[in-house]
Amino acid sequence: MRSRLYPVFKYTVIALWACFVAGPFLWAMTTSFKNANAVQGGPTYIPWVQYKPTLTGWHNIFGGAGGIDVVQPFVNSAVITIAASAISLALGSLAAYALSRYRFKLGFIKNSDIVFFFVSQRIMPPVVLVIPFFYLLQWGGLLDSIPGLVIVTVALLLPIAVWVMVDFFNGIPREIDEMAMLDGCPPFQTFVRAILPNSLPGLTVAAMFCAVFGWNDFFFAFRLTFTEVQTLPQAVVALNSSIPPWWTLSAAALFGVAPLILLALWVERLLSKGNLSGAVR
Amino acid sequence: MDGLRRHKSMFLLPGLLTLFLIIIFPLLFTIRVSFSGWNVSNPQMDFIGGANYTAMLHDSRFWASITRLILLAGGTVLIQYVIGFGMALLVWREARGRRFWRVLFLVPMMTTPVVMAAIWQTIFHESLGPANDLLGMLGLTNIPWLTESGPALVALMTVEVWQWTPFMFLLLLAGLLSLPKEPFMAAAIDGAGTWRTFWKVTFPLMAPVSVAAIVIRLIEASKLSDSVYVLTSGGPGSSTETPGYYLYIQGLRDQQTGYGGAMSLTYLVLMIVTLTVVAALLTRAFKLKGDS
Repeated sequence: MRSRLYPVFKYTVIALWACFVAGPFLWAMTTSFKNANAVQGGPTYIPWVQYKPTLTGWHNIFGGAGGIDVVQPFVNSAVITIAASAISLALGSLAAYALSRYRFKLGFIKNSDIVFFFVSQRIMPPVVLVIPFFYLLQWGGLLDSIPGLVIVTVALLLPIAVWVMVDFFNGIPREIDEMAMLDGCPPFQTFVRAILPNSLPGLTVAAMFCAVFGWNDFFFAFRLTFTEVQTLPQAVVALNSSIPPWWTLSAAALFGVAPLILLALWVERLLSKGNLSGAVR
Repeated sequence: MDGLRRHKSMFLLPGLLTLFLIIIFPLLFTIRVSFSGWNVSNPQMDFIGGANYTAMLHDSRFWASITRLILLAGGTVLIQYVIGFGMALLVWREARGRRFWRVLFLVPMMTTPVVMAAIWQTIFHESLGPANDLLGMLGLTNIPWLTESGPALVALMTVEVWQWTPFMFLLLLAGLLSLPKEPFMAAAIDGAGTWRTFWKVTFPLMAPVSVAAIVIRLIEASKLSDSVYVLTSGGPGSSTETPGYYLYIQGLRDQQTGYGGAMSLTYLVLMIVTLTVVAALLTRAFKLKGDS
């Protein structure tokens, strides 16, 4: 009884969930090839059968007449995400290495408290951070600039980098450090020559999280940049607030999430290798 | 030894100093601001005592948004956990094309929330979107998704479930993949069925991962504001406002900086207390389940 019906049940559930997950993407895909007539005609899903596809939306986002240019916001987002991820990973893995290898004691504060202090930043609602950041950046003359937004994004990403890397370094055997030290390597060189090369899986996971969070940030970019620097989420939301030209909006949205979908393909590969962080152990 | 001690601080300090700047400065700034009458017409740090806090106690819109957030976050995280766990179990071992399902199930989490919320807004459009179209195919009446408070909340929850169930799925699947094999063999030898094996073996073994996943999701869900901004702008009226969004309206858009600061701090404290209690309760609940 169970053995005959179970696969049917299982694949029905999986297929239903798959439709729900893929639905918005398929909708955005078909909408991006529509024009005013096709959109006004009500919801349709199959090109050529139910409507005649055009490239207006895709033309619009690459500087077509009456459209918006998403290339510059894309470049801004990419520069900010890459720079902030790199800085966060550098600062974060240094701090994580120290927290994993040495014991700190400042009165009653121990290593685990310092790790918690790092992670606790994630509990802060963005509103608490954004007003002070505004005045901090204004004071430093970095408001509405790429360096300013990089600094703020580092603030968002650093806790994630520390959190992932402490866990990862704890799993690397100490013998590796000790051997390098015995060979006369000073601590910093030990870290760079012996530890980092063994940490690529952990760094990859941390970099992936940083890239996703950095790329997806809207709130900080929205409040801290105005005219000079526009990130991709900002560009899409700005497009949405006017009377929505759905085809342009859909094309811009798909263009904006494409890098992350490519990243997802790669994350799955990490996952199928086993535990996300256990690759070296 | 002395050299080592100097070095360990040099490893930690850059990150720690950055963090101090990130957390301590904004926190002190917000505390100071919350006792000032700083607003759009009076942008200065005077001292007005606890007037902002008194005003906040009588601000029913703020407290309504807190209640709404508790229901929204609690409800969506629970749904996400159940679906995420279910899907992880289904594609864990034997499913055909499991790589394909896994990639597909992970994708929403990777996509930019505000950008996908903009797409969802078109999906929920009353006459031109597919949500009502599908309801029509099933012979149901149209629903004014974004213009009536009840449906608007359902729409918001749908987007949240769509976006973040993959996160649960990812963590729980990673947990399942790292489980030891012996308890399952023992259960099979004892002749335990699927259902019994799940409740007696899988679920208790997954308790630590479950608690961690739920708590992390609750922390992120409590900040919910971006998708509210794009999807409903808190409307109709203020019926889909979350504290994050209401704080943005008061503190940033309307520049009631002092008042916004007072509400931010109250909200932060409430969140920390609630999350601590919830985390403790969850740990206990899952442990009891595992011991029995």
